[in-house]
Amino acid sequence: MNTFHPDRAAAFAADRSHAHWHDTALWFVREKRDRGAASVPEWERLRDAAAGIKAQALSNLAAYLEEFERNATANGIRVHWARDGEEHNRIVHEILAARGVRLVVKSKSMLTEECGLNPYLEARGLEVVDTDLGERIVQLAKEPPSHIVMPAIHRRKESIGELFHEKLGTPAGASDPKLLTEAARQDLRRKFLGAQAGLTGVNFALADTGGIVVVTNEGNADMGTSLPPVHVASMGVEKVIPRAADLGVFLRLLARSATGQPVSTYTSHFHGPMRGGELHVVVVDNGRSEILAREPFRKSLACIRCGACLNTCPVYRRSGGYSYSYLIPGPIGAVLGALRDPERHASLPFASSLCGSCTDVCPVQVDLHHQLLALRADVAARGILPWGKRMGMRLAGLVLRHPSLYRLAGGLARRALRGAPGLVRIGPAATWARQRQLPGAPSESFREIWRRGGA
Amino acid sequence: MSAREAILAALRAASARVVPRPPDPEPTRFDDRVGTFLESVKAVGGAAARVPDVTALDAAIRALPVWAAARRTVSLVPGAGASTLDLSAIADPHDLEGLEVAVVPGELGVAENGAVWIPGTSLPHRAVFVIAEHLVLTVQARDLVSNMQEAYARISLQRPGYGVFVSGPSKTADIEQALVIGAHGARSCTVYVVG
Repeated sequence: MNTFHPDRAAAFAADRSHAHWHDTALWFVREKRDRGAASVPEWERLRDAAAGIKAQALSNLAAYLEEFERNATANGIRVHWARDGEEHNRIVHEILAARGVRLVVKSKSMLTEECGLNPYLEARGLEVVDTDLGERIVQLAKEPPSHIVMPAIHRRKESIGELFHEKLGTPAGASDPKLLTEAARQDLRRKFLGAQAGLTGVNFALADTGGIVVVTNEGNADMGTSLPPVHVASMGVEKVIPRAADLGVFLRLLARSATGQPVSTYTSHFHGPMRGGELHVVVVDNGRSEILAREPFRKSLACIRCGACLNTCPVYRRSGGYSYSYLIPGPIGAVLGALRDPERHASLPFASSLCGSCTDVCPVQVDLHHQLLALRADVAARGILPWGKRMGMRLAGLVLRHPSLYRLAGGLARRALRGAPGLVRIGPAATWARQRQLPGAPSESFREIWRRGGA
Repeated sequence: MSAREAILAALRAASARVVPRPPDPEPTRFDDRVGTFLESVKAVGGAAARVPDVTALDAAIRALPVWAAARRTVSLVPGAGASTLDLSAIADPHDLEGLEVAVVPGELGVAENGAVWIPGTSLPHRAVFVIAEHLVLTVQARDLVSNMQEAYARISLQRPGYGVFVSGPSKTADIEQALVIGAHGARSCTVYVVG
């Protein structure tokens, strides 16, 4: 598969009206986020606090996880540990298989996407139903999510209508979101009632009380964990926070950053299984301890998956989630992908204008654009820059090191721009110049103006 | 080495010096918590009103169109509405399917976002608040706080146990960002501030 971001972005951008719609739809969410943030006078101090709490947690993760495990166990929660995705999948499957589970309902969890849980369970004969509406849409379409909060944002309602007509029997041509949502509700209600187990992710794990917190707007996590007697929750090691009271800070930031809502509709606190049921929590590393060990990138583990950096990113908005070769798109996905597999995701750190908007909106102050820049250096140091970039950098280095060369190149460029402006649309510069209009070339350089004392 | 030991060892090896936490910011407080709360519930897609006492609450609930149309109801608030189902006689939460209206007492309300805290101890079955087609929540006027930071200072998390903040009706915007009320949970959420 071609993992090169510019190629994949070009494929998305080829449908100009759709790409424009996508850009506008995501910017609309960004604007809602701005209104949500502006409604809280102490917003910036909340961000400071959230970043500080996460830094505290990440500086002592092992101790907080042990505290979480101790308290969770006392609450009747069974805690499991998985070094990688394979081990996670095996643990989840063993729990389900031992209880004769055939149908599981699942609420959104990027971690289980990362581990490839659905195909693993399906290969062993289980039916896995994603219950978040957006996740259900992409599951029916056999696609991965294209956004971490709005998984089906790449699809127009007409295409969802066609999909539901085929899969759920909605009337042909129907594309009203209300009608389509109702059809999914009816279909998924049957799944909720028929399932023997519910799977969820974890938004926050609480060290001091041994509980987990899951937030949704639809209520799918609550349906999936209050009907079937078995609840299995998967969490990355970085999800633990020191105190339950810290939720007061994080929940004021999370939904406002994600969708502009003052809080998600349902914020569920699980401090034990339902009556007569079981609650299992699987704590997963899968490369996180390696990221933790790399100081410049440690902060990326503070991410609370709100999606604000995707919505604001000029590259994500115009290139879509599928242009990113990693399953999490946008600035945070580019960072996490390049950390996980630098060879495969070598182009992702360059899928950014480094404008810094992602860093500015991040509720936990992950320094995303600094990390992207550092990862570019990392890609270069590994010697896996594409030939054009490598040569371009070498050439630029040469010219900038030698003033005489620099003067010569400047003079040539000014003359070329005046005489044959079309030159920049030929050769390696063509990609860069395609959507740019060049300014008229000045007759003399800054140095020349300075020399004769002009201003 | 077990997975647990391997993970904890790797995390310990990766950790730098322990960073102390910063102080939490002073949250903004509202003078008119009741008014702000009612506005917030409406802003998140719910309906909200203030009633002076349980008698008025009962009358308000019975006047709701969804109540009048309902045949299967549950009220967990003494004196407000009525139950056609005996929850204590229901062993399996699946039997709650078809519940039309549930009246559930909240322990606390949050003015900044219209959320109501429902402790698990109020729910004979966890599913009640989410499986009901329509949800009616109550909260005492004296139990309103300004924001989530104050809320967590006030509530006690039952251990073992369960608790949930509910802010408005179930909703989704997963199709083209169009807001649709009634995704999987309650299609409407009416909140009464009592007192």
